[in-house]
Amino acid sequence: MRTWFNTLTPRTIFGLTLITVALLALPFVAALGGQAWVRIVNFAILYVFLALGLNIVVGFAGLLDLGYIAFYAVGAYLWALLASPHFGLHLPFWVILPLGAIVACFFGILLGAPTLKLRGDYLAIVTLGFGEIVRIFMNNLNAPINITNGPQGITLIDPVAIGNFKFSTGSTVFGIDISGPQKYYYLLLVLVLAVIAINVRLQHSRIGRAWQAIREDEIAAKAIGINTRNMKLLAFAMGASFGGVAGGIFAAMQGFVSPESFSLIESVMILAMVVLGGMGHIPGVILGAILLTVLPEALRYAVVPVQKALFGAVLADPESLRMLIFGLALVLVMRFKPAGLWPSPDRRRELAEKAR
Amino acid sequence: MDIFLQQVINGLVQGAIYAMVALGYTMVYGIMGLINFAHGEVVMIGTLVTITVVTFLLKAGFPVWLAGGMGIVAAASVCMVLGWSLERVAYRPLRGAPRLTPLITAIGMSIVLQNLAMMIWGRNYMTFPSLIEKTQFEIGGAAFTNVQVLIVLVAGLSMGGLLLLVYRTKLGMAMRATAQNPGVAGLMGVNANRVISSAFVIGSVLGALAGVMVGVYYEIAHYQMGFMLGLKAFTAAVLGGIGNLAGAMAGGILLGLIEALGAGYIGDLTGGFLGSHYQDIFAFVVLIFVLMFRPSGLFGEKTGDRA
Amino acid sequence: MSAKGEVLLQAQAVAKHFGGVKALRDVSLTIRRGEVYGLIGPNGAGKTTFFNCMTGLYVPDGGSFIFDGAPLKADAPDQVADRGIARTFQNIRLFGNMTALDNVMVGRHVRTQAGIFGAIFRGRAARAEEAAIRRRAEELLHYVGVEDRADDLAKNLSYGDQRRLEIARALATEPKLLCLDEPAAGMNGTETEALRLLIDGIRADGVTILLIEHDVKLVMGLCDRVAVLDYGALLIEDVPSIVQHDPRVIEAYIGVAA
Repeated sequence: MRTWFNTLTPRTIFGLTLITVALLALPFVAALGGQAWVRIVNFAILYVFLALGLNIVVGFAGLLDLGYIAFYAVGAYLWALLASPHFGLHLPFWVILPLGAIVACFFGILLGAPTLKLRGDYLAIVTLGFGEIVRIFMNNLNAPINITNGPQGITLIDPVAIGNFKFSTGSTVFGIDISGPQKYYYLLLVLVLAVIAINVRLQHSRIGRAWQAIREDEIAAKAIGINTRNMKLLAFAMGASFGGVAGGIFAAMQGFVSPESFSLIESVMILAMVVLGGMGHIPGVILGAILLTVLPEALRYAVVPVQKALFGAVLADPESLRMLIFGLALVLVMRFKPAGLWPSPDRRRELAEKAR
Repeated sequence: MDIFLQQVINGLVQGAIYAMVALGYTMVYGIMGLINFAHGEVVMIGTLVTITVVTFLLKAGFPVWLAGGMGIVAAASVCMVLGWSLERVAYRPLRGAPRLTPLITAIGMSIVLQNLAMMIWGRNYMTFPSLIEKTQFEIGGAAFTNVQVLIVLVAGLSMGGLLLLVYRTKLGMAMRATAQNPGVAGLMGVNANRVISSAFVIGSVLGALAGVMVGVYYEIAHYQMGFMLGLKAFTAAVLGGIGNLAGAMAGGILLGLIEALGAGYIGDLTGGFLGSHYQDIFAFVVLIFVLMFRPSGLFGEKTGDRA
Repeated sequence: MSAKGEVLLQAQAVAKHFGGVKALRDVSLTIRRGEVYGLIGPNGAGKTTFFNCMTGLYVPDGGSFIFDGAPLKADAPDQVADRGIARTFQNIRLFGNMTALDNVMVGRHVRTQAGIFGAIFRGRAARAEEAAIRRRAEELLHYVGVEDRADDLAKNLSYGDQRRLEIARALATEPKLLCLDEPAAGMNGTETEALRLLIDGIRADGVTILLIEHDVKLVMGLCDRVAVLDYGALLIEDVPSIVQHDPRVIEAYIGVAA
């Protein structure tokens, strides 16, 4: 065992060092383009987090979940309610984040328990419906008792804070000026590395193998003694709790939540990240999440200048042109890379065989 | 009592529209197992094309009936071409790809069409030109209009026509055969490409008609209208048992009724706790409950897994 | 360990129909510990249906199974496996995109317990269990003779190797009763002979075997007792020499071929 330790050649050590330095320096490099870019990087990491959570459900266990954003919403609203002037509660993050994971997990089981026997596409539409139900409740639970403050959302949410060290504002650490978004970057980085580690370990475990077996052939999986219902529920609950934690961070980072952030299109985006990257393949999913977060943002900056340069005027509405290109990109990637941009080696082989 | 009857009437009309759209989903799904997420956008484009054509013709001095008729023909033609090209360009190259690939493509096409529509028609709400002078009738304390009657009638006729097509023509037989077993149908000389294209074209025509109905009924249209409508219609198709034509029709009507009655009574049922803005959750709550007890929908075949 | 020869599985009047077709008509039979029990019959006689009822994939419309002293729960294949019944499938159902080794490792699922926390934190116990799973899986691959394909995807194995791999996966669940659904189907003479040796070896290790098979020679050579199904009904249950010469069997099954 532990053979990886012996495989640490100078080359891989060099590579790892390079990656570490790059990851540590990234927020300062991004800040050269303005703090907005640091925020974009932060969102990219947050989406990596979410995509890896959904990857457990869709990629590992093969369950098509189109309502994943609901768990993110649950986590976000939980943080908003427990750490904002809305109810006058200001609980610390180390209470809310685990609680967010547990509550989201509970919602995952609540949805999964009655529906997991459904076949693929039926499950997809049911999860989609569940996502919409959660959003509609958040939109309307401001009367007769004001719980969610309706469409206006909840503002002035507490940032993540350790003692007096707040992540929302800049400060000087060891003589280096570090902004709020940059602080969140490092927090997110730590969290997402943990999530990646959990994903990798799950995949190569008794549980991960059972999920893969279910995805491959549910009947055979049952016949060798896998309790498919419980295993699916476990995948659902795991994915949900990741969503819950990500939602909490989102609320703290933004300082504001409203139902708008949790629409169906968000669920769809996260699913697109998983599939576009390469379902079930962790590096692919990470790539998918980063691309789909950064691409629309990059387009936001590119669309107007490019039009001006080409036609001398802004002909098409930049916002819709940007989304149009984004949609086209989805279609084209699926057309030419049906298994995603970076599929697992097995999957690649499978497609190559089919093509022959 | 009059509230009940009123909501039943409203529900039937809405349900007829859902049913028309649901058929487009269910036909494509039945034949190729694809959730064509972009179908709602096809309906939306149908509505917007009608508005443009009819408004233009009315301004040019055409009589209302001719303008209306040409509007419908234009919408149907545009949607047919759109549906056909969607399949040809986006989905056909993906046959045999992993299961989720075409789903993401469908979502991508939905985004593309929506934003294309926004570029063409703008982001504001558009008013649907009035084609029919509304007259109101009353029955048992509930009111209904000639427009509502017309919608239900046209929907009924189109669906009847579709059933005739599917059960009485050679094309219909080919479609049913392909839905049962594409491989064997192919061996029997059925051209699968033609069948799939036909499903898209027919579904799109029904969608265009539904689009016109939505326009005439609500007198307003918007580039984002296709999304929720499509979602509800797809829900209706699943409710009835996806892949099943009669199921989609029944599911649509049922969904319309449930929503209307739910919206009418939810306040009383929950002691005023939940208001009628919860209307949208009925579709999904009912769906979840139905599928819990009938995992293949109300009229779906029980497909036991083969061991 | 219980004595050889005592009852391991008792099927009591098991019935199953699909619509109007009676696939099983009150089938009762008894399998004893340590024997190789053959279940034969013409195509469509209900052999696989019997398997599926027993292993919980179908819910029987009547009757019950007593296994190892307690009734088997219907409609719960995973619990049936946990009780000690493992099976293979007539049309091989391996996890195609998993390696041969992983296929067998996943077969250890029901006899191991590492949960989500074990998977994430990989404590001493979880690591030890994982190592044991791997070791046992490698042994089993070796046992059925596909150890040199351990890292290949299951779907890329040859037909005969897939059959063997499926048996290894079933054995990984530590069954008391191993049910093989037409294991020799599509095999050539050499492969069938190797299979016979494998089944003999498994029996020698103390596993009771229920065998559905078309190859009459294989069945008669291997089995201690044989049951014949015809049109969903049990014709006879006895030692091969008697079954072979029973006029009803000859008429229903062997006679047809003659």
